[in-house]
Amino acid sequence: MSDIKKIKDEYLSKLKSKIDINQVNQIKTELFGKNGLISSQFKNIGSVAETERKKFAADLNSIKDELQDLINSKVNEIETAEINEKLAKEKVDITLPERSFVQGKIHPVSQTIDEISSIFSEIGFSVEEGPDVENEYYNFTALNTPDNHPARDMHDTFYLDENKEFLLRTHTSPVQIRTMLKEKPPYKIIAPGRTYRSDSDQTHAPMFHQVEGLHIDKDINMGHLKGCLNYFIKEFFEVDKIKMRFRPSHFPFTEPSAEVDIGYEIKDGKIVIGEGDKWLEILGCGMVHPNVLKNAKVDPLNYQGYAFGIGIDRLAMLKYGINDLRAFFECDYRWLNHYGFDPLDVPTSYRGLSR
Amino acid sequence: MKITFDWLKDHLDTKFSEDQLLEKLTDIGLEVESVEKPSSDLEKFLVAKILKTEPHPDADRLKICDVDIGNQNILKVVCGAPNAREGLITIYAPPGAVIPKNKMKLVVAKIRGITSHGMLCSESELNLSEDSEGIIELNEKNYANKVGENYFSKNTTNIIDISITPNRPDCLGVKGIARDLAAAGFGKLKNLKTNKINSKEKQSVSVKILNEKNQGCSLFGSCLITNVKNTQSPDWLKEKIISIGQKPISAIVDITNYVMFDLNRPLHAYDADKIDKGIVVRNSKKGESFKALDNKDYKLENDMCVISDNTGVLGLGGIIGGERSGTELDTKNVLIESAYFDPRSVRKTAKQLNIDTDAKFRFERGIDPLSIEQGLNRAAELIVEICGGSVSSIDVQSIKEFKNTIIDFNPESFKKITGFEISNKEILEILNNLGFIVEKKKNNLSLIVPSWRPDINQEIDIIEELVRISGYDKIEIIQPTKVRNKPTLNKSQKLFHFLQRAVASKGYLEAITWSFSDSKINELFCKNKNQSKIVNPISADLNVLRNSIFSNLIIYLNKNINRGFKDLALFEIGPIFNGTKPGEQETVLTGLKAGKISRSSWLEKSRNVDVFDIKKDVIQTLVEAGYHKSKLYIDDQTPDYYHPGKSGRIFLNKGKENLAAYFGEIHPNILKKIDIKTEALMGFEIFLDNLKVTKKSLKDQKTKYETSDFQKSERDFAFIVDKKIEAQEILEVINNIDKELIKNSNIFDVYEGENIPSDKKSVAINLTIQSSDKTLNDDDLDRINKLVIETVEKKIGAKIRS
Repeated sequence: MSDIKKIKDEYLSKLKSKIDINQVNQIKTELFGKNGLISSQFKNIGSVAETERKKFAADLNSIKDELQDLINSKVNEIETAEINEKLAKEKVDITLPERSFVQGKIHPVSQTIDEISSIFSEIGFSVEEGPDVENEYYNFTALNTPDNHPARDMHDTFYLDENKEFLLRTHTSPVQIRTMLKEKPPYKIIAPGRTYRSDSDQTHAPMFHQVEGLHIDKDINMGHLKGCLNYFIKEFFEVDKIKMRFRPSHFPFTEPSAEVDIGYEIKDGKIVIGEGDKWLEILGCGMVHPNVLKNAKVDPLNYQGYAFGIGIDRLAMLKYGINDLRAFFECDYRWLNHYGFDPLDVPTSYRGLSR
Repeated sequence: MKITFDWLKDHLDTKFSEDQLLEKLTDIGLEVESVEKPSSDLEKFLVAKILKTEPHPDADRLKICDVDIGNQNILKVVCGAPNAREGLITIYAPPGAVIPKNKMKLVVAKIRGITSHGMLCSESELNLSEDSEGIIELNEKNYANKVGENYFSKNTTNIIDISITPNRPDCLGVKGIARDLAAAGFGKLKNLKTNKINSKEKQSVSVKILNEKNQGCSLFGSCLITNVKNTQSPDWLKEKIISIGQKPISAIVDITNYVMFDLNRPLHAYDADKIDKGIVVRNSKKGESFKALDNKDYKLENDMCVISDNTGVLGLGGIIGGERSGTELDTKNVLIESAYFDPRSVRKTAKQLNIDTDAKFRFERGIDPLSIEQGLNRAAELIVEICGGSVSSIDVQSIKEFKNTIIDFNPESFKKITGFEISNKEILEILNNLGFIVEKKKNNLSLIVPSWRPDINQEIDIIEELVRISGYDKIEIIQPTKVRNKPTLNKSQKLFHFLQRAVASKGYLEAITWSFSDSKINELFCKNKNQSKIVNPISADLNVLRNSIFSNLIIYLNKNINRGFKDLALFEIGPIFNGTKPGEQETVLTGLKAGKISRSSWLEKSRNVDVFDIKKDVIQTLVEAGYHKSKLYIDDQTPDYYHPGKSGRIFLNKGKENLAAYFGEIHPNILKKIDIKTEALMGFEIFLDNLKVTKKSLKDQKTKYETSDFQKSERDFAFIVDKKIEAQEILEVINNIDKELIKNSNIFDVYEGENIPSDKKSVAINLTIQSSDKTLNDDDLDRINKLVIETVEKKIGAKIRS
């Protein structure tokens, strides 16, 4: 009995002193090795007097457990200390810069086109396209703008041949004709795209973007036109209230025709859309002229509807506070970074047009 | 079209204010473009009286005048006018005033040593007339008790500039605008009576319209006024002309202009004595020429409508008169022309000769053919009143009778188009007020369209008139329904949007550049195709349609490099052109990447961007867009603007049917030619129209999920092959050995140099081998190992490296 008590006391004090992992292993061997002190005692159990044997065995097991626990925790303690020491050495200055990355951007015109498409998608419009190079017929004549009509003066046209048969489209309206000739009514389309006029100053660029709208069915009237545009403008500018004014105007391809103004005010040098008592013209529209329907082989007695044309660049300028139209096309890295959109910002109806 | 409210009131009885006028004009489609206050500087000009003059001590021609400018202020003013004299009432401009003619601002100044407090003005200096002979002499009777008052105070009504759409020639006259306003309830149109010429004298200048093919003149009215004394216009007329921003010239010219602005009835005044044996209106012959009133000589083509006499061309009908027969201050006998010229003919001629005049602007839109006599009556009345003389009767030559358009109108159609109803009473009232003659016919109305409305030809035009006058605000909003019967985007449109954002997400900034380009740059990228020239380019460096997006993108990239940016990535998605006909274009996504990766990094060594960076961007984009990487096929045949050894093209399959993209280093010669200074420049082009879009939707593209949990093994091989053997070929051979077992293959090293023959290279490949139905044992692996080595050696002529 006293033997094992002695072993216990001796090794407890050894283990509690400052020792390294080798010394712990040494102790482990001394105690629990094949001929270790504790192992030997277990072998002796048989030789202990029967009356004391049970108590001896119990004491021995308890001492064994106590020493083993202590060894394990000592090993743990040493290992933890070692890891901590290693990690302390590995410490970096975490405020140093990360690996560099570049963020790509979507051009504000492309973003705006996606926004427009998303809004019109909700009310059942699909997207159509047409060629940038048009012939004189689709761009003018079919749109009720015959040769020698003064309305042609409103379009400074780029021509591609001396006979003025081929040209860069001056508006997206020829897509109306192409769409109607291609399919049977009804039609409910928008057609965003590039348009061209030989004009260049602060507010005019030789190339700009328009979106055409066309809705033809049996009974589409000016109330539908007003409703559609009112909906679009509210959604686009993401405002609850919008002041909108329809004004009579003239386009050869619509009749009656209207121009649409929206209310705005200048707050802190920025345009705020929706309120205020100033008017800003943003689009032209009207009921498709019966002559246009006839030219597109649609019977004006059975079908009627509206068309509109909106300047996309101008919408983008108004919504995002961009001043100079020409900067859209000058590809200044700083400008593109500033006004561009993250490619993950896809305008959708469920997530909203913008963040 | 510029008007003033005052002038409008000549034709309109109204109790409304100018602000209300502006709103109403816009509401009925006569858009107010601007409201211009007449220069407030004019308020500074005062009626003044010269009390005393004395000669200037140092200048013979100058006088020092004591001028009474009212309120007991008497100032010394130095004046050079010969007619400056005691007692003269004239116009005084104080220091600070701006002289309208030369925009000079007056200051107190010494003139030859004598201080002058302001200036006395001539008519020319005030833009009142061309008269610069001396200072203005105001009528003693009218102005004696007005000394000190503002001379221009009566003329300070605002100039209202209205944008008249091309369909509304009738509103190019003040009266037409008044008529529209009256119809819209803004007052009552005055029924002004013009006194008809009552003369027994016949118009003695013979006029004849030749009835030729394409004759541009169908009606020619004229009257002769003899023994006139052309003079300055009286104040009321000058003020009228000035009030809309025009300049008075002489009574006869001012009167014809006045009638034009008032009634939209252009007239032309000839000096009758300069007409050689009568007027003939005819088609021109090629080669004829004349000098017009704008002092330019015009060479005519065939079939232009000219007014001529025995000597030759006097003027272009409805466009411009000739210098030879123009009226002057000493003109004695005046022939006034009031005619109808065909809009198409006028427009065609003016375009051919590149002339733009007020008359042309009006005639090409359509002048009221029934206003001929009204115009002559009004002008003759005024000329006699102002210039004296005696009037002949009116002579009207005609080769075609005018007939009013008649339209059958069904009032029901109004609601069908506008969505709201108006009463028949309102319909009748509006149409009557606009000048229609309405006759009821069962359910329809038969409408005689007024002669001044050439724009109205069919029922829809009537509906427009009614809704315009009734008010667009009455149109009720019908909310759109949120129903979608057709997908918003088709497959290729979706692909467009997808690729756009896929490339942007790889760090490229999206640019939008012109569809046209500089032929000198475009030439470098046009693959020897013809360039498509623009006949009338906006500038010499934007003179062709681009054959490649590179043409513009590279220029803008260079501008950014010159701004000091070094590491740049730009792309554009849009059209390129292969010809000048509709459809000869395709959609391309083009990108450029310049500079270095990890420039000035504390972490990594920097390196130039290279062809495998750009290849990664292209392949990743294509894979993201749904094309299988394993099917893409690459070769090295690229256009000459790429580095011949560091560029490639990508096909969607080995059959090379669809060229999906080019990528590579931009040819160093291009950088040299455009003078681009960058460490490296890579580019790519993805051809959207060549990308086959899958017909399967995403839900059908997902195949059954199958995977193997049996142990996989990796084996490395190194083959010595000919240098010209491409990696793609080796991998293709390997991948076809056992598609079931070889799950992946990857080249992890390529080595040329020591221990390898100079025409060979070593390619090290790692294969992942795994079976779907068992764990492979050593024998299986040895078998596949052997097969790989044998096959590659046999098919490629490779040698396994031991």
